[in-house]
Amino acid sequence: MKTLLFVHTSSPHGSVKAQEGLDALLMGSAFADCSALFLGEGILQLLKNQDTKQTGQKNFSQTFSALFDYGVDKVFCSKTHLQNHGISESDLVIEVTALADKDVAALFSSNDVILNF
Amino acid sequence: MKFAIAVYGAPYSHQAPLSAFYFAKAVLDQGHEIYRVFFYHDGVYNGNEAIAPPQDEPDIRQMWSSLAADNQIELIICIASALRRGMLDRTEADRYEKSNANLDKAFTISGLGQLIDAGLNADRLVTFGA
Repeated sequence: MKTLLFVHTSSPHGSVKAQEGLDALLMGSAFADCSALFLGEGILQLLKNQDTKQTGQKNFSQTFSALFDYGVDKVFCSKTHLQNHGISESDLVIEVTALADKDVAALFSSNDVILNF
Repeated sequence: MKFAIAVYGAPYSHQAPLSAFYFAKAVLDQGHEIYRVFFYHDGVYNGNEAIAPPQDEPDIRQMWSSLAADNQIELIICIASALRRGMLDRTEADRYEKSNANLDKAFTISGLGQLIDAGLNADRLVTFGA
């Protein structure tokens, strides 16, 4: 069975792409071995204490805690990108493995299918 | 080789649909197969039957529609993305009690599972507008 890597690069509320990317990941987990990788502004999706009341959008960050129940236990982000945004792993809603750049590259090559959101 | 194509960009706003279309043509011209074209995010607007571009611009909906008919290709619109954006076939229009259905007949509404299936069963999944 092929492995799927979902790459999340969009900021959480600037467009619906982040939310629809998470939907795709949840759907993928029903069919295949899925990993998730958060890069660039995509890391902001995982921030704790998001409050979207004043923007009128759905706060889908709460859904990330369901990933483990969906069998998605391989969740990664770029260590460099965390540092670039001044974010530490303890600021995130779920446990994420922060990867060095070379390990990010290795993750891309070790998966069969890459889906970008 | 079996190619699947994912289109995320809206027609006329984004280059993605045209690039995806020309890629699909090239795939077929070189003797390969298209497993499926899946429209997600704003890509669902490609199936809007009401698209009426100026005469000197390409009719993207018509281009997809002909490509699909000539080559028996599935054009799948993601239901979650489509409903959010008001792209409805007759069944969904009736279900949500909307007066108009606006999805072109060449396109079929289905679930995100079709994107995952395309990733798993095509030899290559190529995304436009990510």
